[in-house]
Amino acid sequence: MSAPPVPSLVRRAAAAAAVLAALLVVPAVAGTYQTQLLTYGLTLAIAALGFNLLLGYTGLLSFGHSAYFGAGAYAVALMMRYLGVSSMELFMLGGIAFSAAIAALFGIVCVRHTRIFFAILTLALSQVLWTLAYKFFWITGGTDGLRVPFSKVTLLGGLIGFPGADAFEKFITYYYYYVLAAFCVCVTLMWLIVHSPFGKTLQAIRDNETRARFLGVRIWRYRWLAFLVSGIFTGLAGSLWVPLNGLTTPDVLYWPQSGKFVFFAVLGGFRNFTGPMVGAVIFNYLEVYAVAVTEYWQLTLGVILIALVTFLPAGIVGAAARLVDRLKRRRGAAS
Amino acid sequence: MSLLRTERLRKRFGETRAVDDVDFSVNEGEFLSLVGTNGAGKTTLVNLISAFLSPDSGRIFIADRDITYAPVDERIRAGIARSFQLVNLFDDLSVLDNVALAIFAREGKSRRIFRLAERDVAVTQEAIELLGQFGLGGKAEGLAGGLAQGERKLLDVAVAYALRPKLLFLDEPTSGVSTRDKTQIMDTVSSVVRAGGVTAVVVEHDMDVVFKYSDRVVVMHEGRFLADGPPEAIRNNADVAKYLLGTDADA
Amino acid sequence: MRKKKTEPMDIVALQVLNSLSYAAVLFLIAAGLSLIFGVMGIVNMAHGSFYALGAYVTAWSVAAAAAALPPAALFVLLPLGAMAVAVVGLAIEPTLLRRFYRRPEEYQLLVTFGLLLVLEDLIRLVWGGAPLTANRLVDSLGLIQVGELPYPVYNLVMIGVGAAAALALWAFVYRTKFGVLLRATAQDRRMAAALGIDVGRIYSLAFGLGCFMAGLAGAIVVPSQAAVLGMGVEVLVVSFVVVVIGGLGSLEGALVGALIVSALRTVTIQFWEEIELAALYLIAAIVLLIRPTGLFGKKA
Repeated sequence: MSAPPVPSLVRRAAAAAAVLAALLVVPAVAGTYQTQLLTYGLTLAIAALGFNLLLGYTGLLSFGHSAYFGAGAYAVALMMRYLGVSSMELFMLGGIAFSAAIAALFGIVCVRHTRIFFAILTLALSQVLWTLAYKFFWITGGTDGLRVPFSKVTLLGGLIGFPGADAFEKFITYYYYYVLAAFCVCVTLMWLIVHSPFGKTLQAIRDNETRARFLGVRIWRYRWLAFLVSGIFTGLAGSLWVPLNGLTTPDVLYWPQSGKFVFFAVLGGFRNFTGPMVGAVIFNYLEVYAVAVTEYWQLTLGVILIALVTFLPAGIVGAAARLVDRLKRRRGAAS
Repeated sequence: MSLLRTERLRKRFGETRAVDDVDFSVNEGEFLSLVGTNGAGKTTLVNLISAFLSPDSGRIFIADRDITYAPVDERIRAGIARSFQLVNLFDDLSVLDNVALAIFAREGKSRRIFRLAERDVAVTQEAIELLGQFGLGGKAEGLAGGLAQGERKLLDVAVAYALRPKLLFLDEPTSGVSTRDKTQIMDTVSSVVRAGGVTAVVVEHDMDVVFKYSDRVVVMHEGRFLADGPPEAIRNNADVAKYLLGTDADA
Repeated sequence: MRKKKTEPMDIVALQVLNSLSYAAVLFLIAAGLSLIFGVMGIVNMAHGSFYALGAYVTAWSVAAAAAALPPAALFVLLPLGAMAVAVVGLAIEPTLLRRFYRRPEEYQLLVTFGLLLVLEDLIRLVWGGAPLTANRLVDSLGLIQVGELPYPVYNLVMIGVGAAAALALWAFVYRTKFGVLLRATAQDRRMAAALGIDVGRIYSLAFGLGCFMAGLAGAIVVPSQAAVLGMGVEVLVVSFVVVVIGGLGSLEGALVGALIVSALRTVTIQFWEEIELAALYLIAAIVLLIRPTGLFGKKA
């Protein structure tokens, strides 16, 4: 089996810089609606980043990541509603804390088992959370949910607020850059994590659990840590998502939301770093345009998922990388 | 004081007594071969000592420390390491990473999150040196999955050795490999292991390999020790000849 | 108006019967899930959706045939509904699932999850969003007196079906030649193939049988409980507790697990309805701490 090409660090950094440059000018060239859409995409990309630490790097497939995304979202809503908080920074901290607590708890139950029980338990526990969200309606607003109006959100410790008539456009522009900054920080952190000894150990556990155990690695402890970090990233994504959406309902905890995270990773390719993020952004656009076309979006998703897993298991980014590699080899052979 | 000692170790699988009342002791610095026909109990014994299986009864001691029911990570910290008959590597990671991971684990650095693995110069250098000792220096960057079978066997041993164990179990390190490669592998393994002062127990089928490289040979048959001594004594042992060499296809 | 004093024992008896009838449904689903896992090694994430399919097909056929057939005859539609689901399963296994058996577990889980998405929406496409009922079957059997309280006879039928299925399944797996082939394949696929067993056919039949059981569960539940969207995943989540507690891959585990979970659920609903699912999973988590593979589970 030949190794996929590992692009040099310089080339990767250059590509990242180019992407960042493009992302920076979006509000100026694209208009409010497109900027808003891309902001959604970026929050989902952060969630995908968290999700893939478990799937791509630790080999654990979670069907319940809606729990952490929802925890992050509800944390913001609950803080706003019951504690009168309006600072986005505090919201993010709250979201991280709440999703970390839930991930820590669920993680203890889920990671001690085989991958199959893991998948089952993650789905089930996220649904437990969902039932709690709509049954305790006097706290959570039940199926109506809780509103998180952007006019009540402030950025940068209260420096930037959004009162008044033109507020929406202003909010979208500033919030886009806010989320973009968070996105860059998350990408950098995750990149460090997966290239650290911890990240390598996770990959070892993924590749060969027995051998990792015979290196003296305490498997379940690492899996739990990965679960925790994964939950935190996804929870942060949920917290960033909710002011944009203006509302959080139990739907954000319902299993199709978990299915979306799975879909991002499979669509983009979960065996590489950028795949799931690309999958998330592409999916975001697909969903918006497809929902306009068909009422049976879930059916379409299911069919596409089956097709991807059957015919394109490496995902879009994985397949593209292989294509580039083949072209390079052909060019190399010809010259 | 013996480095490893088992007392009346027993393991049954249904009706079969795979390991039957075994008292096994290994002294520091020995290079020992564990031989026997298929089903004699060699691999079971190694599995019991390395925590792959739990014994039905009996005790296991490392340097007089009772590890009979200790979990894997405790035994590794006590100084045991093993390689596997069916090569067990991290195929999607680089050859260097495979060894580096063992070093990180040994040093307790596996949990470092915010530091790049490559940047740990000490670990990287040690890994490269070790690969060099095992003749894999030129292959460091490639994926472990891409190595030839003989090289994979060497890497499997190198990864276990990287844990700097006191006692190294090698489970059929030359199985599935051509005769010429067998010599090369055993030459490398025995020289590195002896130079490092590591005690080794090698499970082997190939009696030529056994007689050429071992200080001591232990013969198992139907879960018990049949003979135990230096190679010449074993070669001349009538029981061994009857049970083992007579039925051994490649003797 | 004569006031009859309701004996607490009567209420308890009713609850026991309720618990048993729900246990029958859970057993059928969990046994199907365990059978598929035990023989083929895959967890069918779409299993609950087959249950939902069984419910919808049965309710629809009952409504369609109600004009033509007397209520007694309508009962025939229950096993037919289950058969329809089995046929769907038999069609899906060789075409969709078979290529994934040699691949890592993630892909198997992903493809059955995709199947879940497809089936759930397909149900909505075919039958729409409104609940489908088959109450006439319950009504046709009338009520029976449990002490001083009336109780639908139909629920006793459910219990009967569950018990019969348990016996039939046990006999099938442990007393027939095909059952031996099933168990052999479950134990060691390669060995079975080496002995000349057509593993592909065994897999198809096992999957079909598992789907039949899920479909049957849906068929027998729908007269007493309307078929609604989302019922598939809802029951999947509960049946996961059953296999976690009972052990995946074990028929005894499915039976014991179903009885325990159903009893727990009945009790929890009485006292604190909101935390029903949370309580179930709390118990499951505790069981897992003591027996990580469940009470009767296969060791991985």
